[in-house]
Amino acid sequence: MSAREMILGRVRARIPRGPEGARREAVERRLAEHPRNLIPQRGQGDIEHRIRVFTEMMLAVGGTVEVIDDINEVPHHVAVYLRDGNLPARVRRGADPLLARLPWHRGGTLEVVEGPAVDEDRASVTHAFAGIAESGTIVQISGADNPTTLNFLPEAHIVVLESAALFASYEEAWTKLRSLMGEGIMPRTVNMISGPSRTADIEQTIVRPAHGPKNMHVIIVR
Amino acid sequence: MTEMSTTAFKDNVTRALADDKLQFAMTETGPRFIAKRTKAREALPEFDQLRDQARDIKDHVLDHLDIYLETYEAKVKEAGGHVHWAETPDEARAAVLEICRKANAKMVTKGKSMISEEIDLNKHLEENGITPVETDLGEYIIQLRNERPSHIIAPAVHLTRDQVEADFRRVHTHLDPKRDLTEIPALVEEARAVLRQKYLNADVGITGANFLIAETGTSIIVTNEGNGDLTQSLPKVHIVLASIEKLVPTLEDATTILRVLARSATGQDFSNYTTFSTGGRRPGDPDGPVEYHVILLDNGRTSVLGTEFQDMLRCIRCGACLNHCPVYNAVGGHAYGWVYPGPIGSVVTPALVGIENARHLPNASTFCGRCEEVCPMRIPIPKMLRHWREKEFERHLQPTSQRWGLGLWAFMAKRPRLYRKATAIAARVLSNQAVGKGRLKKVPLASGWTAFRDLPAPQGKTFHQLWKERRP
Repeated sequence: MSAREMILGRVRARIPRGPEGARREAVERRLAEHPRNLIPQRGQGDIEHRIRVFTEMMLAVGGTVEVIDDINEVPHHVAVYLRDGNLPARVRRGADPLLARLPWHRGGTLEVVEGPAVDEDRASVTHAFAGIAESGTIVQISGADNPTTLNFLPEAHIVVLESAALFASYEEAWTKLRSLMGEGIMPRTVNMISGPSRTADIEQTIVRPAHGPKNMHVIIVR
Repeated sequence: MTEMSTTAFKDNVTRALADDKLQFAMTETGPRFIAKRTKAREALPEFDQLRDQARDIKDHVLDHLDIYLETYEAKVKEAGGHVHWAETPDEARAAVLEICRKANAKMVTKGKSMISEEIDLNKHLEENGITPVETDLGEYIIQLRNERPSHIIAPAVHLTRDQVEADFRRVHTHLDPKRDLTEIPALVEEARAVLRQKYLNADVGITGANFLIAETGTSIIVTNEGNGDLTQSLPKVHIVLASIEKLVPTLEDATTILRVLARSATGQDFSNYTTFSTGGRRPGDPDGPVEYHVILLDNGRTSVLGTEFQDMLRCIRCGACLNHCPVYNAVGGHAYGWVYPGPIGSVVTPALVGIENARHLPNASTFCGRCEEVCPMRIPIPKMLRHWREKEFERHLQPTSQRWGLGLWAFMAKRPRLYRKATAIAARVLSNQAVGKGRLKKVPLASGWTAFRDLPAPQGKTFHQLWKERRP
């Protein structure tokens, strides 16, 4: 017998078993309905509340946040952020339609390159699938629009988050994902990111960065 | 299976207590975990309710584990991934090696994985000409030292910065010997630079899994450094090492448990990087692994199902019970002699390697109960330690002197008058010996205690006598 059959056989022999049909039905129902469990109050509230909590949480973990009103101002803010951080005026992005539409010439000398990250990239800009107020978390999904490596290789990660996608809880992001992908289907990678990379592996002392970005900057577009 | 010194627990402890560096590391940094968790817990009023729900989710999964495993496997395949079942560490190692060979792998990067430790994967890869590189900073450090992790989430917690500096100078010989490494950020920066090239050159990336989601065929890793993500997104092949009890039903269920995981572990609201992986590269994906493999390991876990030890399978390896354990904090993780240290290790290790190989571990407890108090999954650790002690006694695994002692005690305890007389005499004698100091430096037959600390002397009366006097 294969390892698979041996393991499943032992599981079946050992767990309390009611009628097989009822057990299967219980599992299928849970997977189909995917009921929400308790959701903490913290993030719940109107958009102003969500922006406030998100910002508070992101600052607490070493990230930075700015809130702007006009999406066309993003290139300017990206350019200023890089200049203030003494970084070259060059940023990498994916094929994301919203990012592609932006008037990048408004970033002055800012050079924008497209594609997955390479080792030499110092800064990236991505379009967030969602933001979670509860813990100051950004949700990114993989693909050509926002390649996963943009979240990890460059030392500065700039994220554009539309306020309509700034949710109170993770659960709302799952609902949005299911409406995009269908039930039970995931993108290759979903990244939840809460602040720049850190470690506390030496003497429990927090040091940023560890292996990922040194800075994470979120531009919320109201 | 990983080299074991679980039977040498007593010798390990004696060595640990005499190790100044270890004692410094444990007393300086151990307590920080406790303060961090307390703060995170206080900031979330719903924390304890979430713990109840987290427990119920895992109990439900364990009761339907066969169905969840089958469903999960089908979903992984649907997403283009591969599932490899392994009953034993041998089978798991063989599966990993085969995947690496097919990929012509020379070097593999690794995210943190306790299953990798459990199956002693690095040694096996090395013996077969493949270089494994640990990328979690703590794991990297202990790999340089050829040690095992001493903590589930902070593998190098037993070390001080000067020890790490010495290791970096010994190994990173291509760097300027005069560089300044006295501060911790300089050490982290150096590891970042060295490992960056490894990520980019690796042929295969191996990670663990904090959870497996049946609904979607997804594996989850949780890190703060971002090392796991670089490990799994740059090479062509991603291998996930997981054990069968990591299953949860849905994204919502994983979310609930994630809410208690980081808070219990490091006191963070959420870890920096929580990553959900489902299959390999999709059409149009410009990055990410082409192949996605999951190794599903049993290694004795099914033997725990349906027994009084089943609750241990709810464990999410947060390490809270280690951080709050007076025994762990006194002796460090290596003393436990195998992969899983601390209170949960004392419960899990006998199940995975046999009580006859780990009989000291269930006794490495003061039964203070803090482990159960802080466990996010509400695992009744003390109760299970007691069950192991009973098994140990039933199977005559204790030394004769201990069985004699217990027999003598049982004889007395069943004869209350004799018991009271004897304890009254003992209390008086010990009290007289400690006159004026309240403490005893030496007690016959109790050198195991008094070699390391004084024994508080009885006040001269037994509990029964005091009870009688004070009862209204």
